Amino acid sequence: MADNTLNKLTRTAIEERYHKKIGTKWMIIIALMIASLISFCFDISIGPSSLKITEVINALIKTGVADQATEVIVWQVRLPYAVMALLVGMALSLAGAEMQTILNNPLASPFTLGVSAAASLGAGLAIILGISFPFFSENWAVSTNAFVFAFASVLLIQALAKWRGAGVDVLVLFGIALVFTFNALQALLHFIASPEALQQLVFWNMGSLARANWDKVRILALITTIIIPFSMASSWKMTALRFGEERAMSLGIDTKKLRFFSMLRISFLSATAVAFVGTIGFIGLVGPHIARMLVGEDHRFWFPASLLSGALIMSMASIASKIIVPGTLIPVGVVTALVGIPVFLWLIIKKGKK
Amino acid sequence: MMNAVLEIKNLSAGYPHKKIFKDFNIEGIPNGSIVALVGPNAAGKSTLLKSVASLLKVEGEIHYKQLNILKESKINRSKIVGYMPQHQRDEIELTVIESLITVLKVNALDHNSSLPEIEKRGFDLLEEIGLLDIALEPLKNLSGGQKQMASLAQAIIRKPQILLLDEPTSALDLHHQVAVMKYLKNYAAKGNIIIMVLHDLNLAARWSDFLVVLSKGKIYNYGKAADVLTPQMLNDVYHVKGRVEKCSNHFLQVMVDA
Repeated sequence: MADNTLNKLTRTAIEERYHKKIGTKWMIIIALMIASLISFCFDISIGPSSLKITEVINALIKTGVADQATEVIVWQVRLPYAVMALLVGMALSLAGAEMQTILNNPLASPFTLGVSAAASLGAGLAIILGISFPFFSENWAVSTNAFVFAFASVLLIQALAKWRGAGVDVLVLFGIALVFTFNALQALLHFIASPEALQQLVFWNMGSLARANWDKVRILALITTIIIPFSMASSWKMTALRFGEERAMSLGIDTKKLRFFSMLRISFLSATAVAFVGTIGFIGLVGPHIARMLVGEDHRFWFPASLLSGALIMSMASIASKIIVPGTLIPVGVVTALVGIPVFLWLIIKKGKK
Repeated sequence: MMNAVLEIKNLSAGYPHKKIFKDFNIEGIPNGSIVALVGPNAAGKSTLLKSVASLLKVEGEIHYKQLNILKESKINRSKIVGYMPQHQRDEIELTVIESLITVLKVNALDHNSSLPEIEKRGFDLLEEIGLLDIALEPLKNLSGGQKQMASLAQAIIRKPQILLLDEPTSALDLHHQVAVMKYLKNYAAKGNIIIMVLHDLNLAARWSDFLVVLSKGKIYNYGKAADVLTPQMLNDVYHVKGRVEKCSNHFLQVMVDA
């Protein structure tokens, strides 16, 4: 009997701790939301044009006090850039999280699997050879090409995997092979490009929020808001997939179907983001990783935490890109790479130790 | 057999480029029994288990009560058959309780079971099998034995009528081996069938109702321990010279001479 009461006590205590932990996870998600919002506000309040904060606020709420130039800067430059930063961070980070689960590899991300490289090749074809899809204005030619190539690369990885019945490791290797292939083809484009076109392509590859405008923001926002509910709806199955293929199958999950739809979501998220802002590396790697440290791998929490971490990092990278060299806008892709590479290496070393 | 409920007929299975076994038959397995699959390495034990769980491309029939479970939908099958793989992944950040909740919540058995209800069932099971103190530990931090216990819990919590276990006790100490086997005996007695791969013949003799001896993808023998565990079998299947003796508690004991 005495034993029993003791057990009951510890059980209550453990259940309490469990519920407290769940509460903490919600708090972390809310905190990430607030932090992203603060970062976003900071992001719109600074910039090379060094407006005063009061001017920015006046322009934002359109009091009529701000002059027209200020309104244009705030509404057509700072705001779309800052919103784009949040959206790109969300899209790439969620895509990275989904990829890490379906490939069972914490080093997987749209960047490491060749989606960005494919997008660059598509962009290169438009910039250097003028090859693009009809019915799209010049303005959209580069983005459209990048999107189609990025999307196709994910489908190609899928198809190769299906054709060979390949396992997860093979899929990762296919991705690496794709990176090399696209890079080689792009080198060929560099070789035949005119100096002007080459410069343009190099800039595209750096990844920059300066390409953002309201139309692009709307499209990415639409795609992200459509996809997030689908990701969330699959969160139990995705969590179960962490136990491995066999266990997931034994739970009645059609793992092929689950992977296919996840890949589809990844394709849309990463291809759109990369098409609009160019190569932004490591967000899809670092975002999910930070989220995993904060809330663990229960995908109900991990997915939202990943996309919010991505948004926060990207927004902070946008701020950093403005203040590192005052008066200049460094391409944000350079900033994310400089922050991301150490994290990437740390992950590899940590993995190697085990 | 009169009350036979599980029957495996003409089962052929394997991997895309390699058939592991062909036309496999096991006569009626009655409800409430524990079947041990024994045999040397690469005899096809795990493959047979995966086939019954339909994790591989399988031909043939597996009848359970009135159903051919191979013809059932994935979700329906997952309500009848539970499976515990031999190996667990190492790097899972999920806690033990989270893993149980996930297993219950995915393709939930009854859709109206709420999350608090499911959480309660998770804690209930952990209390029952003595894992309450590691409920909030991430799976990746557990010891080998704890991992195996957690994996077993994941297979049991859906209360499958057919429970398939691939070496459920290989990483457990003596105390936990006995505890797990007692629990399983009790679980089977409630009218369920357990089929498990075991390497330890003495464990199989002590706890199972039937033994299936597999050798090179074929059934060497099938039946009660006393009929199956023979010096002849040890010689034919394992290529060792040994004796089978009855202990004072009436259970058989395999001893290897050379």
